Amino acid sequence: MAVKKFVVGCFDDEKVLFPAVSKVRKAGYKIHDIYTPFPVHGLDHAMGLRETSLHTAGFIFGLTGTTTAVSFMTWSFTKDWPVNVGGKPNFALPAWIPITFELTVLMAAVGMVLTFCYLCQLAPFIKKHHFHARATDDLFVMVIECTAKTNEAEVKEFLNKVGASEVNTQIADDGWWVGRYDRNEKLYRDEQVIA
Amino acid sequence: MIKQQFEATPGYKKWTMGLLAVGALALLAGIFFLAFSKDEHAQTRFWAVLLQNSTFFLLITNASMFFICVTTMAMGGWQMAFRRVPEAISTLVPVFSVLALIVFLGIIFGHQHHIYHWLDKEHVEQDPILKGKSGFLNPVFFLGWTVLTLGVWSFVGKKMRDLSNEADEPMDHEAGKAYVKKNTVWASAFLIFFGLTVGSTIPWLWLMSIDAHWYSTMYSWYTFASTFVSGMALVALYVIYLKNNDYLEYTTDEQLHDVGKFMFAFSIFWTYLWYSQFMLIWYANIPEETVYFKPRVQGVYKGVFFLNLIVNFLLPFLLLMRRGSKRNYTTMVFVAVLIILGHWVDFYQMVMPGSMGEHFSLGWFEFGVLALYAGLIMHFVGKGLASKPLVAVNHPFMKESVIHHT
Repeated sequence: MAVKKFVVGCFDDEKVLFPAVSKVRKAGYKIHDIYTPFPVHGLDHAMGLRETSLHTAGFIFGLTGTTTAVSFMTWSFTKDWPVNVGGKPNFALPAWIPITFELTVLMAAVGMVLTFCYLCQLAPFIKKHHFHARATDDLFVMVIECTAKTNEAEVKEFLNKVGASEVNTQIADDGWWVGRYDRNEKLYRDEQVIA
Repeated sequence: MIKQQFEATPGYKKWTMGLLAVGALALLAGIFFLAFSKDEHAQTRFWAVLLQNSTFFLLITNASMFFICVTTMAMGGWQMAFRRVPEAISTLVPVFSVLALIVFLGIIFGHQHHIYHWLDKEHVEQDPILKGKSGFLNPVFFLGWTVLTLGVWSFVGKKMRDLSNEADEPMDHEAGKAYVKKNTVWASAFLIFFGLTVGSTIPWLWLMSIDAHWYSTMYSWYTFASTFVSGMALVALYVIYLKNNDYLEYTTDEQLHDVGKFMFAFSIFWTYLWYSQFMLIWYANIPEETVYFKPRVQGVYKGVFFLNLIVNFLLPFLLLMRRGSKRNYTTMVFVAVLIILGHWVDFYQMVMPGSMGEHFSLGWFEFGVLALYAGLIMHFVGKGLASKPLVAVNHPFMKESVIHHT
């Protein structure tokens, strides 16, 4: 968690946003993130984000479920408490398939939800800076991080040129914090006025 | 410049001719050495192999028309970029219907009671179970319902393909609405009849009646899943073949990905039915039900039976799971061929234990007939693809397909 300076450009339309993204990347500015009111297909490719590894995690969670179910049932039905059920073998694999399937799905599903929350830093009481309230309504908000070499005025002019309808500078925490918006954001708002 | 008109490549024609020649040779040899043989096993082998292949390939080509009608009913647009491919495959339904009908007539009038026990009238009189089923399992109902079924599949399929031709001409908004509605009506007619036939009665008559004493309520769905997943694999093969020859510009990895999802999902659906049918019978362990699995799980068909599960579930499941593999031509071709051959083996183990018993064989005749059917598919699908433009550019849902994104 670090407090950084960001240049925020707002776009009214995804048709303007897409060429702007490629121009901004070509100019070499560092895109912190883009906030959109709905999932925009292809934006991840335009931004050059790598493919998520969530599905690999899901596969491993599923495999864990399969192994847990089969090994536990094998142990309990053949070693710990063998019972003759209708003359079936103790190692009754066909009868265990539903439980194996269920545990696989359960572990994959719950594991993936938790991994997703971890990757996106989503949890109760976890807060992040909102760059623009209308990002949840009808505005596409592109946030560019200012490094030591970035010329802020130049970035702002560049964003105006590629079609941003609104451009401003914000100083904000780039990570998450635990707490409430009204108490913690006051600090940054004051700094923004100074900046 | 869009390449709208398909022309078979020289390699394609060579393969078609080669497969047809090998197949025809095998069929002729089969007629001389098996069908006219004094040995009853050889005769049964001849008809059982023809029954397996004619039903399997008829049902997988009909699965293409099912795919078209289902996507039409669901108001799907994504498949429009390659819809002429399943259409071309479904032109085989009338051809394979005639072939299947010849096989059924041969079995019934040739009195092949090793395949259909219920053909033997004296035996049926003494058998209370078969006697109870004789209202359904008799030559008149069998042939009558089969002819009606084949006729309706062919007729409604033709109707759907004719409707598709209308989308070659430009149409305005109102005409497009009426066009979509007309398609929906015919598609729903096909689907209702499909449910009555492939979804229930047809697999009972054609395949389940080989083991006439036994029955399973899963059987028709199991057969449907088997043929539908192979049908999607065949569509995938043709889409990739056309893409490799610079046709179907509007079809991208996105559409192929969705076809791959169908192959993946229905492999799992097939396994679900395979397992449900097996597990309930295994668990209850009632002799009249386990009689079906006895030769398959413990008898001479053990290898084929478990190979079936590995090829049709484990391999597609693991190979198609990754997103990238559904967009990769090489993996898709490999898995599609695997699925088609795997379900061909599935039909083999559905037909053979009940008709051939322990005298089964998997040799020149089985693979020869497979080659014959592969050659027929290549010949008629090539003709079907060449008969009209490859993309119905004026279909109201065309744009939806072009911008499709998964």
